[in-house]
Amino acid sequence: MTASEKTPTVESPLRAIWDRAGMIIVLVLLFIVACVTVPNFMSGRNLIYSLGLSVTTTGIVACGMLFALAAGDFDLSVGSVAAFAGMLAAILLSKGMGVVPSVFLALFAGLLIGAINGFVIAVCGINALITTLATMQIVRGLAYIINDGNSIGIGDAGFAALGNSVPLGIPTPLWTFIFCLVIFGLLLHRTVYGRNSLAIGGNREAAHLAGVPTRKVQITIFALLSFLAALAGIVSAAQQQIGDPKTMQGLELRVISACVLGGVSLTGGIGSIAHVIVGVMIMGTVQNVMDLKGVSTFYQYLISGAILLAAVLLDRLKQRGTSR
Amino acid sequence: MPLLFDGIEKSFPGVRALGGVSFEAREGSVHALMGENGAGKSTLLKILSGAYRPDGGALVLDGKSLSYRNTQDALDAGIAVIYQELQLVPQLSVAENLFLGHMPTKLGWTDTKQLNAEAKRLLQLVGEDIRPETPIGRLPIAQRQMVEIAKALSRNAKVLAFDEPTSSLSSREVDRLFAVIKNLQAEGRIVLYVSHRMDEIFEICDAATVLRDGQHVQTFNSLPEITSDDLVRAMVGREVDTLNAYRDRPIGDTMLRVQDLEGPGLTEPANFEVKKGEIVGIFGLVGAGRTETLNLIAGTATARAGHVTVGDRSFKRLNPKTALKQGIGLCPEDRKKEGIVAIASVCDNINLGVRKSFIVHPKAERTYAQSRVEQLRVRTPSVEQKIGNLSGGNQQKAILGRVLGHNLRVLLLDEPTRGIDIGAKAEVHEIVRGLAENGVAVLVVSSEMPELLGLCDRILVMEGGRFRGELPHSQATQEKLLELALPTKS
Repeated sequence: MTASEKTPTVESPLRAIWDRAGMIIVLVLLFIVACVTVPNFMSGRNLIYSLGLSVTTTGIVACGMLFALAAGDFDLSVGSVAAFAGMLAAILLSKGMGVVPSVFLALFAGLLIGAINGFVIAVCGINALITTLATMQIVRGLAYIINDGNSIGIGDAGFAALGNSVPLGIPTPLWTFIFCLVIFGLLLHRTVYGRNSLAIGGNREAAHLAGVPTRKVQITIFALLSFLAALAGIVSAAQQQIGDPKTMQGLELRVISACVLGGVSLTGGIGSIAHVIVGVMIMGTVQNVMDLKGVSTFYQYLISGAILLAAVLLDRLKQRGTSR
Repeated sequence: MPLLFDGIEKSFPGVRALGGVSFEAREGSVHALMGENGAGKSTLLKILSGAYRPDGGALVLDGKSLSYRNTQDALDAGIAVIYQELQLVPQLSVAENLFLGHMPTKLGWTDTKQLNAEAKRLLQLVGEDIRPETPIGRLPIAQRQMVEIAKALSRNAKVLAFDEPTSSLSSREVDRLFAVIKNLQAEGRIVLYVSHRMDEIFEICDAATVLRDGQHVQTFNSLPEITSDDLVRAMVGREVDTLNAYRDRPIGDTMLRVQDLEGPGLTEPANFEVKKGEIVGIFGLVGAGRTETLNLIAGTATARAGHVTVGDRSFKRLNPKTALKQGIGLCPEDRKKEGIVAIASVCDNINLGVRKSFIVHPKAERTYAQSRVEQLRVRTPSVEQKIGNLSGGNQQKAILGRVLGHNLRVLLLDEPTRGIDIGAKAEVHEIVRGLAENGVAVLVVSSEMPELLGLCDRILVMEGGRFRGELPHSQATQEKLLELALPTKS
């Protein structure tokens, strides 16, 4: 049987749109409903400061998690890395180091932790769950140890500007997120590195035989992801003007949720930057609406979980539609 | 009462897998289902087993139209399909596997005694004397297959469909299987038998239906009256004689030289060379070290000692990337596992590992992939099609297209036409001959002697991890190849 000799079946245009842009439609509908039913939702202040700022941490890390998921891995240590990087920057500042070197060192620490994760996973062949579960605890421990478990205030105005300045009417953290989206979007879709990441997730063995340096790609994926986690931690510390070892608990799960919600495959090989935008925005919008409506935190957990479950069920349904 | 396939239709997105297939399998007959890969046999079996639901048409058994929602319903209706990959849970015991889904119970607890006694009785029906408590993972494939048949009998199946049941059996095991199948036939059951092996079809089947491109071509109701040529003609839709067409071609200087190569799978250092434009075969039984030899040259396995020389550069150690840089391309044995990225597009697969600049230019990649697709006549609706949706032959051609992106000097082929239908096989052979004519040195591993005899200028024979001998095309015959490949008794 040869494909060209088969009669192609007609796919309904509605179905095609749904397959390609299902979650975008969900996001748009969600936005419309929120606009109509929630007062203040559409105000510029809410969109930029509440909604916009609330998604930056998750969003920045999600740009890196996208690559890990695309390559068939994931990383649980990002929350710890973010907290540790925030603490490290705060400590270095308090010791009198300048803003640039403190930030640089904290980012480098993130990169290094990620490279270690990647090395253990790609070269030693330990699975990502165990490896990053271990580093998640180790790095959280480090975050506590460097200042005896105490949080530390940041007085430096230059550093605080990373979190609180508003160039061109948009806060710096949001700019950072947008910048990450552009860079990592281009990296995934328009570079060999990105295509190779997806190929590794699709079939590692085949990619290796085809000449893709699979280990190198895997290690850099984890290094870049941890780098972004550190960046998110620093931005968040600058916003709060405090380094806090207890912060960012559960960030890894929020990030993975957002990616999967947007349509990135947990088994690897499928993912795009649009998935990240949509996933992060859906999560942020729901959160924002619940805040505006004054839904209690306890119920917010319930609703967030239900939405994630609904999203993966929807995805499953979609796949069944195409394979049977 | 017969089993009737009445106008079965099934489509997948973008492909029509079955376009109204109708035929009848009589009771007490062994009915062969034949066709090239992708002709629709597997889809038909999956519809029979309830794994797929047909878009149109009906299955009629005993005059009753069968409609089931899932595989359980199919089993209840008396239909059992025994797949190539056996559907057993390796950790569970033989008895537990037999009664999986309808375990005998006493007051809600599993009744182990009855379970094992029943299992023993069922196993005796297929002539097996296995302890029912044995974990099934410890049994050889042939016995697991018998357990599958016993499982079907435990459901009192009226229809048993076998999907390439002999692909991993020894000839003695095949004989036993055939004896059991003849028994099933004598009991008046309907047996459907999917296989590519002509000798088996003529030995065991008394009727045959041929499918091509999802269409019913012909049903032969009395097999002894026709020849295998009739079947092949029906399967291919044209005469095939290109398969054994050996062609001479000019041969140049040495391109690949393997010297004292040692590594996993080799028991003696390997020494041989392949010249420019030459096609050299490696024949041997499974486990003779053929794939391992290719892997050492392609850099997917690490050599312990020795050299691989390509052109004028000599290497002690290679990895896939450096090997490709030297123009050594490998088409691996297991296409699904090592060849393709199934969920990616044809375009992505052809460009994988070939990209030179860091920035990707989607348009240029598509144009490039398109040119390879046309050059190698890969049949695909577009280069954006998921490669996993193509037939095996077209996947293989796409992988060849990928390897061609690397200024190819040495082509390593590992079972290049395994699981590929006859028509595509001839095309792949033609591509390989064409490459050799353009000066590529080709080293091809195959278990199919006719393939090697039709392609190769020289055939090396391996046995037990060492090279046993070498036959030029003029002297190579199937008998001589086998003689060298069989282990010598000492």
